[in-house]
Amino acid sequence: MTDLTNLGVKAIRDGVAGGDFTAREVAESFNAAVASAAELNAFIVTTPDHALAAADAVDAKRAKGEDLGAMGGVPIGMKDLFASHGVQTTAASHILEGFKPEYESTVSQNLWNAGAGMLGKLNLDQFAMGSSNETSYFGNVASPWRKEGSNAAMSPGGSSGGSSSAVAARIAPAATGTDTGGSIRQPAAFTGICGIKPTYGRCSRWGVVAFASSLDQAGPMARSVEDCAIMLGAMAGFDPKDATSLKMDVPDWEAALNADLKGKKVGIPKEYRMDGTDEAILASWEQGKAWLKDAGAEIVDVSLPHTKYALPAYYIIAPAEASSNLARYDGVRYGLRDLPEGAGLQDMYAATRAEGFGDEVKRRILIGTYVLSAGFYDAYYNQAQKVRALVARDFEQAWGECDLILAPTTPTASFPLGSLNEDPLTMYLNDVFAVPASLAGLPAMSVPAGLNPDGLPLGLQLVGKPFDEQTVLDAGLAIQQRSGFEQAPEKWW
Amino acid sequence: MSDYRIQGATGEWEVVIGLEVHAQVTSNAKLFSGASTAFGAEPNSQVSLVDAAMPGMLPVPNRECIRQAVRTGMAIEAEINQWSRFDRKNYFYADLPQGYQISQLYHPLVGEGQLLIEADEKTGIPEDKIIGIERIHVEQDAGKLMHDQHPTMSYVDLNRSGVALMEIVSRPDMRSPAEAGAYVRKLRSILRYVGSCDGNMEEGSMRADVNVSVRKPGEELGTRTETKNVNSVRFVMQVIEYEANRQVDVLESGGTVDQETRLFDVATGTTRTMRSKEDAHDYRYFPDPDLLPLVLEDDFLDECRASLPELPDAKRTRYESELGLTPYNARELTAEVETFARFETLLTATAEATGKDEKTVATQVANWALSVAPGVIKSLGDDANVEHATAERQAAILAMQDKGEISGGQAKEIFEIVLKEGREPAEIAETEGLKQVSDTGAIEAAIDDILAKNEDKVEQYKGGKDKLFGFFVGQTMKAMKGKANPAVVNQILKDKLG
Repeated sequence: MTDLTNLGVKAIRDGVAGGDFTAREVAESFNAAVASAAELNAFIVTTPDHALAAADAVDAKRAKGEDLGAMGGVPIGMKDLFASHGVQTTAASHILEGFKPEYESTVSQNLWNAGAGMLGKLNLDQFAMGSSNETSYFGNVASPWRKEGSNAAMSPGGSSGGSSSAVAARIAPAATGTDTGGSIRQPAAFTGICGIKPTYGRCSRWGVVAFASSLDQAGPMARSVEDCAIMLGAMAGFDPKDATSLKMDVPDWEAALNADLKGKKVGIPKEYRMDGTDEAILASWEQGKAWLKDAGAEIVDVSLPHTKYALPAYYIIAPAEASSNLARYDGVRYGLRDLPEGAGLQDMYAATRAEGFGDEVKRRILIGTYVLSAGFYDAYYNQAQKVRALVARDFEQAWGECDLILAPTTPTASFPLGSLNEDPLTMYLNDVFAVPASLAGLPAMSVPAGLNPDGLPLGLQLVGKPFDEQTVLDAGLAIQQRSGFEQAPEKWW
Repeated sequence: MSDYRIQGATGEWEVVIGLEVHAQVTSNAKLFSGASTAFGAEPNSQVSLVDAAMPGMLPVPNRECIRQAVRTGMAIEAEINQWSRFDRKNYFYADLPQGYQISQLYHPLVGEGQLLIEADEKTGIPEDKIIGIERIHVEQDAGKLMHDQHPTMSYVDLNRSGVALMEIVSRPDMRSPAEAGAYVRKLRSILRYVGSCDGNMEEGSMRADVNVSVRKPGEELGTRTETKNVNSVRFVMQVIEYEANRQVDVLESGGTVDQETRLFDVATGTTRTMRSKEDAHDYRYFPDPDLLPLVLEDDFLDECRASLPELPDAKRTRYESELGLTPYNARELTAEVETFARFETLLTATAEATGKDEKTVATQVANWALSVAPGVIKSLGDDANVEHATAERQAAILAMQDKGEISGGQAKEIFEIVLKEGREPAEIAETEGLKQVSDTGAIEAAIDDILAKNEDKVEQYKGGKDKLFGFFVGQTMKAMKGKANPAVVNQILKDKLG
């Protein structure tokens, strides 16, 4: 049965529906794969019983001839930023260690309603802050990929590093991710899988531990564009419990997938040709243009002039929101409480938060607190918001000339764990190509483009107009068909 | 102009007062969660996941709370901002689960408005005065800490956490404790008319932050202090008096007033420092990224406006001009929702019972409602069951009086019995013999008898001693045992005496 773990969402769903195998067989296979992959450290907790129960429910429905749902029989990994009823939900932090919510996030509930089951809660950068999955309280996640001729553990990207590692290693057919400034796309690129961040508001944020509310957006990570289309359809939808949720119908992206790009114009933003960008990345970008042209698209040059200000603005806005969003972790109502002998309220706050938050989280809380302080607010936060508006306007103007944008997902391929820890600014640069679409709230996807000379995956990024996930997915499919990327990492775990 | 002055050693000082009133919005649910808002429930029994700030929980604005704040804004003739926004006010405290309060600093829901306080010689307000209102914004209330439940720890009750408040910020337009008291009373009255706040200060539904400064008349504004969470009109006035005198003492002894936040001590009637400017929080306000700007459509505003009742000032004016009430009666009757509601019900019932129009009986009803009826109820004390005093019964009494069937004294006596026993006025009048005699035959007979017995006085009267008319009336009433209709007595006497 081990070959079932090579299947993706669509193949499993259709196989279960067609009676090729049962949902229980699928769940058992993946549960076993998860259990054998502890070295990757992709999961914080595993929930094999959840996966089996969901599978049995699907098998029972099939026996009765009922509809199995868009994700019927598909076990998935759940990023541990989504609240799971009765299952420890930590955001990979010590401060939430042991916390079991009395509620289920809207997105995960949507997936269960669609017939999916949960293999476990996936590791991530603590509170989704990080680009290498090295800030988790529960240890680093290793990528299943390694440089040719090296045994060094590589980063699976972040913050959805547990998700990317698990999907690339085929211990989960798909996983949820969240993307605040690249946290779906960058890990997808690092591990040779697909990941799409939809338009801001498509997926409810209710029950997702907040990092930066105006940017956080959930999305699927899977090994094919079709699988992403299917899973996004199951995750998305208007939610009255989220005031920023989009009140729009969810299109049937899967049914409408079409790799023929005739009549589409693809913009190539010249500002993304930055110093320090890897030669192999630039080559894959050229290759991507050729593939899209081959699919019938017209390639045009566009300008996004404020691109270079996007990353600095992001690292003001996101920490500012985070410093406020994370104030609720105070030891009063749930999670960690450190109450030293004779301590008062302020001492309890200080001790709890000093103990409960990791260094990167503390760094961002400090940055965020600073930029919102009286006397600095206008110079930092307000200025960053103006930049954000200009970045969004850049895209609006570009849409006058093109239908979507093609760019690299990251400036480099994955790097060895531990190699960038001492230099947060270099680490932050990982997201330089991902952040502009986040600031503008646009749908953006990373699809595999091939391997670099070291044998590490590279990703190409597609950014679409607001609400136009379809064109993004269509272009992703066109690349997927032409890249023929099917390489899997060699199993070493 | 208020002539309220603090007499200092160096001369007179003027007091400048501004008030920030926090009024709890009347709504079944909290501002951003579906949790209930009822007062007095078991601790932490009215707390949703949002109110407790569980991870991943999100605020969703409650339209009813917004509607009530908009209606309140309209009632103070304020500009309604069709685009407003919520901001986070960040600080750590155990009663604030989110670590921030959702409020509106930069773009409040309601802009400039105003409120009229009426002249009242008795309390020292020489003339009507307009008090400016700078803004009304909506925000979340915090929870409550309980320090008396455990020897070393404090408990947290989150029932109030997230309850919707309106913060109504006045201009520094008040100049005396009396004006501030009148402002709070008038504001409370308007809120209760509109139905946007129950105005219950004891339960904390309304509380005021009192800003006070002093200056020599005509000089620049002085440094102000802010005394927090004052929860009655009397305390507001006490705070102002205490603070104004304290500040004058400080200034006259060569000191300076510190801009600080103070607390009122109810037991001593004094204020003390809560935190100085140096300890002031940096609240790091910024727009709440969980919420979109609040955009109000024209239809919504139209509905809010259409749903407003007649407000105190308009009602008072109408009572004077249309019903012909005295300014005093009009003011007293319109001050509270309950008072005018009772009056208007009784007025309608009385007009119906008498078959006259409302204007004709309005003064009679007003006097009854403001003076006669409360007097009787008060004199009976615990014996009075006011539930017996329905509008129909009171109107029946007033109608009998209007028709001359009973006297004013008999009306009171009947009302007493109504209050005690809940019987019908007509039956009481009949059974208890509480009726005036209007039978001209009986009265004429009595008068003839009196005139015959007092021929000398009749002569004197006819000779020009008009004052004796009262004597004949008195004798007649005495003879009739007080039950004769005075109007009939007067008429017959006049006829007979020529």
